Amino acid sequence: METITKSALSKSEPKKKMKEKKSTKMIGAKAVVESLIAEGVDLVYGYPGGAIMPVYDEFYKSQKEIHHVLTRHEQGAVHAAQGYARTSGRVGVAIATSGPGATNIITGIADAQIDSTPLVCITGQVGSNLLGSDAFQETDIVSISTPVTKWNYQITKAADIPTVMAKAFYIAKSGRPGPVLIDITKDAQFEEFDFVYKKCNEIRSYHPVPEVDNKKVKAAAELINTAKKPFVVFGQGVILGQAEAEFKEFIEKADIPSASTLLGLSALPTQHKLNFGMVGMHGNYAPNVLTNDCDVLISIGMRFDDRVTGNLKTYAKQAKIIHFDIDPAEIDKNVKTDVAVIGDVKETLAEILPLINKNQHPEWYQNFKDLYKIEFDEIIDKQINPTKEGITNGEVMKAINNETNGEAIIVSDVGQNQMFTNRYADFKHSKSVVTSGGLGTMGFCLPASIGAKMGAPKREVVAVIGDGGFQMTIQELGTIMQTKVPVKIVVVNNEFLGMVRQWQEMFFDRRYAETIMTNPNFVKIVEGYGIKSKRVTKREDLKEAITEMIASKESYFLEVVVEKEGNVFPMIPTGATVSDILLK
Amino acid sequence: MKKTLYTVSIYTENNIGLLNRISSIFLKRHINIESLTVSNTEIENVSRFIIVSYITEEEVRKVIGQLEKQVEVIKAYYHTNEESIYVQTALFKIKSKLLFEERQIQNIIKKSNSQIVTVSPEFFVIQKSGRKEEIEDLYQELLPYGIMQFVRSGRLSVTKDEMKISEILQKQLN
Ligand SMILES: Cc1ncc(C[n+]2csc(CCOP(=O)(O)OP(=O)(O)O)c2C)c(N)n1
Repeated sequence: METITKSALSKSEPKKKMKEKKSTKMIGAKAVVESLIAEGVDLVYGYPGGAIMPVYDEFYKSQKEIHHVLTRHEQGAVHAAQGYARTSGRVGVAIATSGPGATNIITGIADAQIDSTPLVCITGQVGSNLLGSDAFQETDIVSISTPVTKWNYQITKAADIPTVMAKAFYIAKSGRPGPVLIDITKDAQFEEFDFVYKKCNEIRSYHPVPEVDNKKVKAAAELINTAKKPFVVFGQGVILGQAEAEFKEFIEKADIPSASTLLGLSALPTQHKLNFGMVGMHGNYAPNVLTNDCDVLISIGMRFDDRVTGNLKTYAKQAKIIHFDIDPAEIDKNVKTDVAVIGDVKETLAEILPLINKNQHPEWYQNFKDLYKIEFDEIIDKQINPTKEGITNGEVMKAINNETNGEAIIVSDVGQNQMFTNRYADFKHSKSVVTSGGLGTMGFCLPASIGAKMGAPKREVVAVIGDGGFQMTIQELGTIMQTKVPVKIVVVNNEFLGMVRQWQEMFFDRRYAETIMTNPNFVKIVEGYGIKSKRVTKREDLKEAITEMIASKESYFLEVVVEKEGNVFPMIPTGATVSDILLK
Repeated sequence: MKKTLYTVSIYTENNIGLLNRISSIFLKRHINIESLTVSNTEIENVSRFIIVSYITEEEVRKVIGQLEKQVEVIKAYYHTNEESIYVQTALFKIKSKLLFEERQIQNIIKKSNSQIVTVSPEFFVIQKSGRKEEIEDLYQELLPYGIMQFVRSGRLSVTKDEMKISEILQKQLN
């Protein structure tokens, strides 16, 4: 059967006739695929099964329009779709069957929800006549996914497919983005109906982009103009709002030292003179300490997560707080603001720019420099230029920086590898950080790196993963093998669940409960998948191995055996105040 | 901050999944729902949830923020008892013979301003609308005679202020 596309139609029928013909008869399953095509989707991730087979049959017939990537687990499909969404700025799509297929995507959906990643997830469902009967592979995925989706819907009639799909894409990408789940019963996939597709651009109960209140913009500008010690904390909102240019102009004009949340990294180049790194638990010394010294704290597109603020009772109490965010529910959620500038940051920053005085804060700036120096001598230098035995994760990252010249997208997993990697990575371009921030999902990295590379095929993609997290989704090596996606994978092997071990060392008297890993021969496993691989145990071999990895045109796996009991510092212990950040 | 009884009114699109989504917002914050009413409203295809909870104003504000974020929630408000007019309704099912044998029961019905909705040879049903405390008082008074069944509705409430839902819906579509 030939796929009916617009171009095929116009060739076979005279123009006039086409105008009259507003609809095409087709089955629901085909309508799902046609809806995806209408939304400009050309790549989806998924895994087939009974309840979604009609849709897979249509994918088979529409291979020219849509490329389907078969992952090795449904969780991998969602993480890959997340990686794709994060580097391409488009909506990621993941497909799964009912029952176990559907429950397997929940972790990824929860991850996307908390990290505001636009996804449309489609699940098959048992026939509508069987709903509620505990049928084979029936799970109430709509109820299960409700708390972790921006919106979800169960379709039981084919005629609802185009409108619901259009709504799903609109909701996923508008305002503060997020995951949407559409559950489609098998009978709806088989049912024939007249297909007409109309994109959705409004829903009467939904206000994705709040109107900007000019008075608030003015009030914020006044506070900023009179501040002696202003400080900016920026988050992923700057990237999601595509406001990198406005943001940079804003901090440059007002001369404000800035620091990022984990997900905000790369919105401003690492080397920018006003970029003082990262805030939060394992963030940089200067921005954490000076959070409790600034007089105006300007937060832009971030949500004051507890990993960022430490103890809220002692967080920036001396400062006036200005909060720029698109989501009104974030205002005053964790930190009480003095001025809330609600709206799309691209708009609000553009509006505030002309109201901002050109300014300079040389003394205040110097404070950041001085504290950076302390951190450099105490921690950074030892991490990136170590002299004692044992390779460090920091020097691995430094070698990657050197080899990629800061041009790469760096995907990291969760744990020490994530903190080391993002602390020491050098980012030149926006959308270069892909990591699981809010949920901290181990196993995110490998599948996400597949999607990240497919979302930005021209860019180098390097995945840095711990030995623990690697084994949570290691099966996605199969996806890499089959798709030949040229991702570069670095496993930093410390033979521990390192981050948990660090906490056990610091807070549980070194009782290493279930954090010691007996690992397999990773190189052999990866070779089994036909992927080039290498293991490095000595410092003198590191640089060359990384050069070889980056030079490779194909995917490449590098295991680096790192020091076993390295710790990530600085660190704000849980419950402590940000300025009590520990250097050791 | 002091905890108070707040009435949360949520105007929504009419969608079956929404009850789940709304209650999960309360659940997530470990807020107990004292009473819940769902009904249609003065506007076609618009539903209204009335949820009563004993919480602080800070909490209720955050809940309102989370509620309004839901795609199909049109608007959410919170009100104190002073700002609203509210009642609950209860039904009491009692053995019919008591109505005739126990004089006192008729006095109780009269005094409490409740009505008999039905009488059959076996039982009769009293309906009482009012504040929760009034219903509780009536319950206590009837208890010695034997209550076959008792049920109380969630809170029904209208606000003294205007809600302007039609305007909000109109504005969004323009
Ligand atoms: C799915 C999941 N399970 C458990 C955890 C808790 N956890 C956080 S970090 C960590 C250790 C990670 O170890 P590894 O992947 O080896 O990375 P390292 O910290 O050693 O770099 C664990 C178990 C988690 N974040 N995610």
